[in-house]
Amino acid sequence: MNVMAPFEGIGASVRRKEDLRFLSGRGQYTDDINRPGQLHAFILRSPHAHARITALDTAAAKGMPGVRAVYTGADMAAVGGIPCGWQIHNKDGTPMAEPKHPVLAEGKVRHVGDPVAVVVADTRQHARDAAEAITVSYEVLPSATTMAQAQAPGAPAVHEAVPSNLCYDWHIGEKAAVDAAFAGAAHRVVFETTNNRLVPNAMEPRAAIGDYDATTGEHTLYTTSQNPHVIRLLMGAFVLNIPESKLRVVAPDVGGGFGSKIYHYAEEAIVTWAAHRLGRPVKWTADRTESFMSDAHGRDHVTRAELALDKDGTFLALHVQTQANMGAYLSTFAPCVPTYLYATLLAGVYRTPAIYAEVKAVFTNTVPVDAYRGAGRPEATYLLERLVDVAAKQCGFDRVELRRRNFIATDAFPYQTPVALEYDSGDYFSTLSQALETSGWHGFEARRAEAKARGRLRGIGISTYLEACGIAPSAVVGSLGARAGLYEVGTIRVHPTGSVTVLTGAHSHGQGHETTFAQLVADKLGVPIANVDVVHGDTAKVPFGMGTYGSRSLAVGGSAMDKAMDKIIAKGKKIAAHLMEAAVEDVEFERGTFRVAGTDKTKALAEISLAAYVPHNFPHDELEPGLEETAFYDPKNFTYPGGCHIAEVEIEPETGKVSLVNFTAVDDVGRVINPMIVEGQVQGGVAQGVGQALLEACVYDEGGQLLSASMMDYAMPRADDLAPVSVATHTTLCTHNPLGVKGCGEVGAIGSPPAVINAVVDALRDFGVNHVEMPATPPKIWSIIHGTK
Amino acid sequence: MPQVSLSVNGTAHTVEVEGRTLLVEVLREQLRLTGTHVGCDTSQCGACVVHMDGESVKACTTLAVACEGASVTTIEGLAKPDGTLHPMQEAFREYHALQCGFCTPGMVMSAVDLVQKNPQGLSEAEIREGLEGNLCRCTGYHNIVKAIAAAQDVMHGRRESLAAAAE
Repeated sequence: MNVMAPFEGIGASVRRKEDLRFLSGRGQYTDDINRPGQLHAFILRSPHAHARITALDTAAAKGMPGVRAVYTGADMAAVGGIPCGWQIHNKDGTPMAEPKHPVLAEGKVRHVGDPVAVVVADTRQHARDAAEAITVSYEVLPSATTMAQAQAPGAPAVHEAVPSNLCYDWHIGEKAAVDAAFAGAAHRVVFETTNNRLVPNAMEPRAAIGDYDATTGEHTLYTTSQNPHVIRLLMGAFVLNIPESKLRVVAPDVGGGFGSKIYHYAEEAIVTWAAHRLGRPVKWTADRTESFMSDAHGRDHVTRAELALDKDGTFLALHVQTQANMGAYLSTFAPCVPTYLYATLLAGVYRTPAIYAEVKAVFTNTVPVDAYRGAGRPEATYLLERLVDVAAKQCGFDRVELRRRNFIATDAFPYQTPVALEYDSGDYFSTLSQALETSGWHGFEARRAEAKARGRLRGIGISTYLEACGIAPSAVVGSLGARAGLYEVGTIRVHPTGSVTVLTGAHSHGQGHETTFAQLVADKLGVPIANVDVVHGDTAKVPFGMGTYGSRSLAVGGSAMDKAMDKIIAKGKKIAAHLMEAAVEDVEFERGTFRVAGTDKTKALAEISLAAYVPHNFPHDELEPGLEETAFYDPKNFTYPGGCHIAEVEIEPETGKVSLVNFTAVDDVGRVINPMIVEGQVQGGVAQGVGQALLEACVYDEGGQLLSASMMDYAMPRADDLAPVSVATHTTLCTHNPLGVKGCGEVGAIGSPPAVINAVVDALRDFGVNHVEMPATPPKIWSIIHGTK
Repeated sequence: MPQVSLSVNGTAHTVEVEGRTLLVEVLREQLRLTGTHVGCDTSQCGACVVHMDGESVKACTTLAVACEGASVTTIEGLAKPDGTLHPMQEAFREYHALQCGFCTPGMVMSAVDLVQKNPQGLSEAEIREGLEGNLCRCTGYHNIVKAIAAAQDVMHGRRESLAAAAE
């Protein structure tokens, strides 16, 4: 009987290869790894937002049981600071302020959680106990937590070298064109908002293990990272001065990242450095409160925007002024988030002909802020999609029609925006229509009335968005201040008997690469996914890579693999031609079989690979043995996923509680490899967006204390905070990568927050409010309904 | 140091602990059963949930000295000895109810206990409420709720297999 193998290629909802180990408790996360002779580090952190260290006494701690060493900033003074990976230039062309970010505090602490000293001991408990015996005398200084405080006259300087607290003052677009358009506009609409500061909260806390082999001089760092090669580069070259050949970075199973595990953190350098000093492995694992105080936060923008429209509602110009909180130090990607990942997105899906954006980045006495799922694009999308709703209301336009009137036409691609980006493809009309239909938009008033009869306020909100991901063309980002290239690397290793190992520089921390990437190989080379293994997360195994963020794994990493497979096929054809005594141009390849065109002469991939590794009958004059190819893929452009999100909420007037009751997402993420995984990515992204809109806020008090420093105080979305999310895709292909893929990791978190807030404002339409700031918590809503605000 | 004797996944162990040692530390650090995870320090996230004498408990807030004579099941002990997955594990895979996998062991152990305690069957809303003590940052919970709804039918013998539940 001939049983058809199930289709496992592009478009199949294959169940994930990685699930079995995670479901049976056999995943291997960093904290699950224990090295022989391992010691444990505990980091003493600043309890103050801003203080001078006047005395630091570690003698008592050094004498505590089990303690092997106590280190302070003085011990690590010869070590370089934590580098920043992106340099932005000011309006006047001068570079941004880039004060040193010491690994351990050098005389001064600049935020609650700033590392002050490290205890290394036999057990974690010994280290923690000893840390309590360290005496630190602080001269507490006035602090600046908000950007308003940091920019007030006489504000305390976070860094003495930057008395203004201004990291940069940057702009993009044509101011004169914007001013001219505003002068003649029929309507001007002003909108001011704060994009709330968030804590990423991947479920796995960060951890790091340093290991050193004195016989080889080789360092190994196990770390919870989204990009081990980048950590090797940053830490080796800039902080510890270790050549790449002597530094191996392993990022094993990683329990979620969402951006927060992109960056090079002090703890990675501390354990690597201490392991060398002590000749023993050193492990550090954050507890959750430490994560709140030391993982890079997200968002935190304050913005004023003004939109000019003609009498028919056509957008004429947009002027945006944003302040972005950098926190106390520049994290790895921080400067590019409010500039090239934010302001360049301000055209959105609209034909706005003139845009001018000004961005000031400000140092404050808070945890550094960097990219968090979406990174800049959620802030831009939220601003635009709230602004369009505010404009519709103020000027008397239907909010859907106003959007449709200004959409970029489906036949206008490639489309050059006034803020640098050139969109390659999209169809905003179709995603809009499909979402309106799925959500029952036009039947909403009946649901509003039904809810009203139950004593509930029901509202519906829409967001039509796009984003730029598939990060990024190296030459372009280099010209914009990136200090690294952003290509990706893929190796396809066909083994002698035809199984395949894929080595990829992308890193999976929940995205399911082991499955999706195997599907690419199954589709192109015809190898069953059971015989395709994906290796990632180890600089000793994978040639090179830039990691996973900015929805780049498939668009850039997958494209590199595709290119490597092309090389495999090209070499395979030559071997097949030799074996079948045919001309190479007559050999065709399709899903695992080489065939001499127009004949029944075939060779399977496994026969070719065997011939390549056992080259008794082999074209030695022309080829080297073996069947392994590596490709670097540098994208030609960003990719531009987009779509329409529609949220429906109900408010309980007695308590002000907002409940999400329906959510519809119709996204264009380009070609879909595994629909099940794409749907899961969108659902997870939407959950984070709904969290931002309704629940989550990172709160500092006036003195710079982090009030939301635990999961009891920071409202993470729980199962009963969310509703089923309807996810559909409408595909236009990316025109410039070989797979036609755009990326799906961030769309949920980018498109959803304005849809939710637009729904909340719609539900409150009888209460005279134009806007509700995120998160729309019960006290805010109750105050609006009960007229106390 | 106090000694504690307990059974973990059917194997008897006697371990030395401090008064402050937590059950999760015994499991992860002494028995090297690293499937049970620690995601927070305030008993919020549920990544550490195991079964103790048939009840789900948060191993990060259970003192080891309170486990004398206890029978503990962790995620490593949920599948049959021959490797056949528990219906809940199977359902999580079938419904794509996990992404990074870090919350998964605790989520699965909580879900098994929730379903076992409710033989009458749970509605979607009841499942969501029953997951109050478990956080997931990746999935948005939707597929977890679907997986539990499907698994409960198999666990209570209302359906023979997940394939039947999926229809």
